[in-house]
Amino acid sequence: MKINSPLEAYKFLPATNCGECGEATCMAFAAHLIDRSKKLTDCTPILEDKFRKKYEELDGLLAPEIREVEIGVGDKIAKIGGDDVLYRHKLTFFNQTQFAYDVSDTMDEKDLVERVNYIQDFKKFYVGNFLTVDMIAVRCTSGDPAKFAAAVKKVMETTDLPLILCSFDPAVLKAGLEVSKDRNPLLYAANKDNWKEVGELALEYDVAVTLFAPNDLDMLKTLAKTFAEMGTEKLVLDPGTFPTGKQFKQTFTNFVKVRRAGIDGDRDIAYPIMAVPFTAWMAHDDPVSASYWETVVASVFTIKYGDIMILHSTEPYAMLPELHIRDTIYTDPRKPVTVDPGMYKVGEPTADSPVLVTTNFALTYYTVESDIASNKIDCYLWAIDTDGIGVEAAVAGGQLTAEKIKKGIEESGFDLKKDTSHNTVVIPGLAARLQGDVEDATGANVLVGPADSGRIPGWMEKNWPPQNK
Amino acid sequence: MTKKMKLSQLGDILQDLDVESLEGVTVEGDIELNITGGGGLNPALAYALGNEISQISLHMANIGRMLGFPAEQLFASAFGLGEMPQAGQLPTSPKIQELLASKFEVAKVDNWKNPIQEVTLGATSGDGGSRKSTVTIGGENALPYYFDAEMPHRNYVTMDVFDMPIGMAKAVKGNYEDVINDPAEWAKKVVRDFNADMVTIHLISTDPLINDTPAKEAAKVVEDVLQAVDVPIVIGGSGNPEKDPEVLEKAAEVAEGERVLLASASLNLDYERIAKAAMDYGHNVLSWTQLEINAQKELNRKLMKQCNVPRERIVMDPTTAALGYGLDYAYTNMERIRLAGLMGDDELTFPMSSGTTNAWGAREAWMVSSPLNQDSDWGPREYRGPIWEIVTGLALSLAGNDMFMMMHPTSVQVLKEITQTLYGSIESEEIDITNWIGAEV
Ligand code: SF4
Repeated sequence: MKINSPLEAYKFLPATNCGECGEATCMAFAAHLIDRSKKLTDCTPILEDKFRKKYEELDGLLAPEIREVEIGVGDKIAKIGGDDVLYRHKLTFFNQTQFAYDVSDTMDEKDLVERVNYIQDFKKFYVGNFLTVDMIAVRCTSGDPAKFAAAVKKVMETTDLPLILCSFDPAVLKAGLEVSKDRNPLLYAANKDNWKEVGELALEYDVAVTLFAPNDLDMLKTLAKTFAEMGTEKLVLDPGTFPTGKQFKQTFTNFVKVRRAGIDGDRDIAYPIMAVPFTAWMAHDDPVSASYWETVVASVFTIKYGDIMILHSTEPYAMLPELHIRDTIYTDPRKPVTVDPGMYKVGEPTADSPVLVTTNFALTYYTVESDIASNKIDCYLWAIDTDGIGVEAAVAGGQLTAEKIKKGIEESGFDLKKDTSHNTVVIPGLAARLQGDVEDATGANVLVGPADSGRIPGWMEKNWPPQNK
Repeated sequence: MTKKMKLSQLGDILQDLDVESLEGVTVEGDIELNITGGGGLNPALAYALGNEISQISLHMANIGRMLGFPAEQLFASAFGLGEMPQAGQLPTSPKIQELLASKFEVAKVDNWKNPIQEVTLGATSGDGGSRKSTVTIGGENALPYYFDAEMPHRNYVTMDVFDMPIGMAKAVKGNYEDVINDPAEWAKKVVRDFNADMVTIHLISTDPLINDTPAKEAAKVVEDVLQAVDVPIVIGGSGNPEKDPEVLEKAAEVAEGERVLLASASLNLDYERIAKAAMDYGHNVLSWTQLEINAQKELNRKLMKQCNVPRERIVMDPTTAALGYGLDYAYTNMERIRLAGLMGDDELTFPMSSGTTNAWGAREAWMVSSPLNQDSDWGPREYRGPIWEIVTGLALSLAGNDMFMMMHPTSVQVLKEITQTLYGSIESEEIDITNWIGAEV
């Protein structure tokens, strides 16, 4: 965005402090505009006709440097781009990288349906949510428009996930568009040879289109400028993903250059970027090596500026790290690191239920909590104030000590002797070395739990209720 | 349009309109437009043609009006328009025939003015040590692998060796079962078989809560390892803040002159003793803090000002959290530290080291399957573990980390491959991706 202080945004607001936006003052609202936690349309008064000019001007100033492009429809709609910074700590990255997995139009129909189902059903629980993948990229390997259209249709019958239509042949793309035009697919791709025809298709069907200029940033910019002139800014840039050697290094350089230029204000190239880690399969024959390399390439371009990517490996050992590295990079760094220290009840604990201790690092806390809750274990769970540091590091760094545990339990007004039938505390396996100290400090029995809270259910079977010593 | 016109002028009008230049269109004597090309007509051309034909019809209508025919009414009823359209109002949206040639340009970053300190690990006989070669890290003038400035040194991997058998993920353990009771053999193995650039000997048995091995005895293990391998080494304590200073002192003494990295000085132990040991016996210090940039500044400052450790003897470990378990903090912390250093914060211009092995603490790396039954199948753990370590390290390499402490041979191999590819030292056959869509996989 072109402004960076609330004051600059405030100048354009109605200045009535009417509160419609949910903020007490226009100034407070302006601050949310700058950190992008509210949208300008949340201020309903400014939508009135008399403020029209101010609205338009401010809207322009607030627009993200990198254009936002939408693919798909309904609740599966995916937004890509929309970034304003080169480093996540400067604000946050918006619109996480979209992962599209390929199918081809020469696949056996049964295999295709099975693969699409696997992709759309894949999920991994993480901190209160499921991580999932996003799109299907249909590759035309047959060269036959009719076959391609049939494959696109089959995919659409199987899933609501957004689509990428992949071919360099305008006739094939057109056939795909004819069946999928109501789904707002992304076209892949226009290049220096087919740009006129593919450009016309993008305009005619009003869909986003990828521009492909492998290792030629002049051509990439040329295409982007030309398409903008033709009348569409729904563009995605693919500078080419070369999977190995010096070519890979050049690819990395290209990604960094394109995004830097965009953030620095070159509007002609300020579009979302596509990576194609799929090309790892052109460099490796062995599927494990190919999956590994694809994961590595995907990780590099999840971190460095890929907004959407086309992948092939659906091995869990590829998808799990890909999902997690994306979450790593796109998690808002401004969100709190900690949960409030204190006692939390999981399920409906009674005097016979165990008392577990963990840290107030949000990640640790939510992991433990979900492991317990999903296994229907009733217990008291203490988040000890470790300044938001995880168990192992907090034991090493002295933020998790026997004294802290004692204090934590006492401060919540809980009396181990009176409020439980067992006077027992379970400490994390990674804090085993504190066992003796905690016994001394609290006068309670101290059991050492498993090192990973995923093993609490098994541990409980063996160790709970505790045998009286 | 008040100009008088004769039918004979039609030819001139058409000439003005550049009709002849349209491919596939010929104008016959009695004004018959002959358009060829059919279904294969290029859409841009079709548009241009439509435009021209409309223009012609306008001129025709004008002629009609001159002849006294109310042509405007005909247009109005045909198109539902209230007014006769003027030529200037016809859609003139550009139909682009040629690419708008454009040059891509981007500036280099202009405020990365401060180079990162170079630190050399290990000493050869010429320098009072017995290492066959040394490792130099740091010296960067830009974020890693960026085009703004050449990166002077590649990333290095030091592999973990422990002075006693420890609990390990199954996928890791399989590689070390034969050497688990012999740190010297273990060290040999990682250098010989797994291509380790360096070895880290962790003296964890010295922890009073584990074996409480006396510092002197632990120092013998260090001697053994120095004998067994000729690469530079890192010496780690047990992490016990009371015991570590003594353990590292003794270890530093027996390793005199070898320019090892002592791991580590931190704010919660007597860092002065560790710094002094490093100075007395010619070693480097690992400055370890926990995901806190200001603490890192404070400790570095203390090491420099209070303990007089020269700049070229400090390496930082700002803490590595595993992928999925705080890597977002670790990544951003390192990135901020590196950017601050490049932009001139002299308290942060040091090379960095990552305890990448921490990745194995993630359940995704070692558990047989997900503890949550709603999850999709996690697949075989022997493939999941190494990639967890790789991606954890790779992310930090992009944030500016120079040296990796690692555990699994496959992880080491792949991490080296990708970081050296980014560094630019890996040659490989060129691959033509222009038609990747049609690739068979
Ligand atoms: S709704 Fe608009 S005018 Fe009202 S307080 Fe919010 S910003 Fe100000």
